Amino acid sequence: MTIVITVLSTVVLIGAAVVIFTRAPAKQAVTLSVYGLLLTLLFVALQAPDVALSQLAVGTAVVPLMVMLAVRKIAAHRDSGGDDR
Amino acid sequence: MSAAGFAHYYPYGVAGAIVLLGVIGIAISRDLVHAVVCLSVCQSGTYVFLLAVGYQYGGLAPIFGATVHRSTPVVDPVVQALSLTDIVVSAAVTSMLLALVIQIAKRRRTVDPDELRSLEG
Amino acid sequence: MIHRVRMIMLVVGVLGTAVVFGAAVAGMPGFGGDQHPYRDLAVAAAFQRATANVVSSINFDQRALDTFGEETILVASVAGVAALLRPVRSERRRRVRPGVPVLESTRLLTVIFFPITVLVGIDVVAHGAITPGGGFQGGVVLATGLHLLYVGGRYRLLERMRPVRFFEITEGAGLVIFIAIGLAGLALTGELFRNVIPYGDLGQLVSSGTVVLLSCAVGMAVVSSVVVLLAGFLDQALALVEVPDADHSDDEAAR
Repeated sequence: MTIVITVLSTVVLIGAAVVIFTRAPAKQAVTLSVYGLLLTLLFVALQAPDVALSQLAVGTAVVPLMVMLAVRKIAAHRDSGGDDR
Repeated sequence: MSAAGFAHYYPYGVAGAIVLLGVIGIAISRDLVHAVVCLSVCQSGTYVFLLAVGYQYGGLAPIFGATVHRSTPVVDPVVQALSLTDIVVSAAVTSMLLALVIQIAKRRRTVDPDELRSLEG
Repeated sequence: MIHRVRMIMLVVGVLGTAVVFGAAVAGMPGFGGDQHPYRDLAVAAAFQRATANVVSSINFDQRALDTFGEETILVASVAGVAALLRPVRSERRRRVRPGVPVLESTRLLTVIFFPITVLVGIDVVAHGAITPGGGFQGGVVLATGLHLLYVGGRYRLLERMRPVRFFEITEGAGLVIFIAIGLAGLALTGELFRNVIPYGDLGQLVSSGTVVLLSCAVGMAVVSSVVVLLAGFLDQALALVEVPDADHSDDEAAR
């Protein structure tokens, strides 16, 4: 069990770094979703099924979806009127 | 540090490193959406830390039933309850910040923190 | 120049925090040890209250007042997002086109997974006292299941499945029911959130007293909150478009 937790923690840490250093927010929505999935696996390994369940729904679906929609809205605003100020 | 000592503190170190990575991400961010995502990564470090504090080798999930009895070692349920609500509140905070960023984009037409600063006058 | 100063501040801050954090961790009991005093207390209390899932027992019985606070944070942030995402004057609503064509396999997967996820979500809320689950998890799973329709390209169907007005009411109702159960405990026993229903036997569907009811109330509030939140974002990204000719100067007056 120790080795599983050590490996998963390391993978989660790498995942966090990938999310942080993904500079384009549109791509970040995807990496954030994968990172949420990695966290879910770590939580299962840490014997926390309750936490894993809500992390799965919130971290891999709801928050990345909100980020994606926000990026889309902001891109529309940049395109429509970048030159009127 | 010996191998055993390393394993004793490694998950805590990972949790701290995730929080610090999030802070670095916010500081180097050129886009407010990116900064909000970094903040949520930062907060995810606290879930890892809480669950690491409550873990016990060989412990099972704290849900009693046919396979888990009163005498079976379980992991700490208190930190799990804390991180559970932490996750939901984090989603609420992230949504609030993203709504603010959308509002900024509508008014200022940029979400680059440096450009926003230069527009202030 | 300001960039340089910021980077120096960042390095100093990160290193300083790392040192302090490292010192704190070095003084902690090692990872995976068997000393967990809170666990021992919480497990004993959960057995006394016939709640098989100790996490649910903590959230909805032992610390129910804290959960009420957390639920309030959620509801307040939903209100904040709703206020921030109101359409501004220069925006016009348009009909959402069916949008980008969705792969046939995605559509099929959505049709399969949508009902499964919704059923799992309801199950997770209802059995929170005896299996992994409870209001928070079940609520987000339910809301996520509903939004699979969007992923499958069925935005119009999603709109019909979630009348936002209705979910705004159930959101508030979830909060009201939660505090009402707490006040019932206060009225009957003199203690807020005191469990007023017989506990039953551990592991049975009807056990753990008010935990199931409070869990359902939280589930109701959480599913409605997430639905209203995502509805706000979907509306912004898909339905509202800016009309470039509109006068920006009256933006201020519009709010």
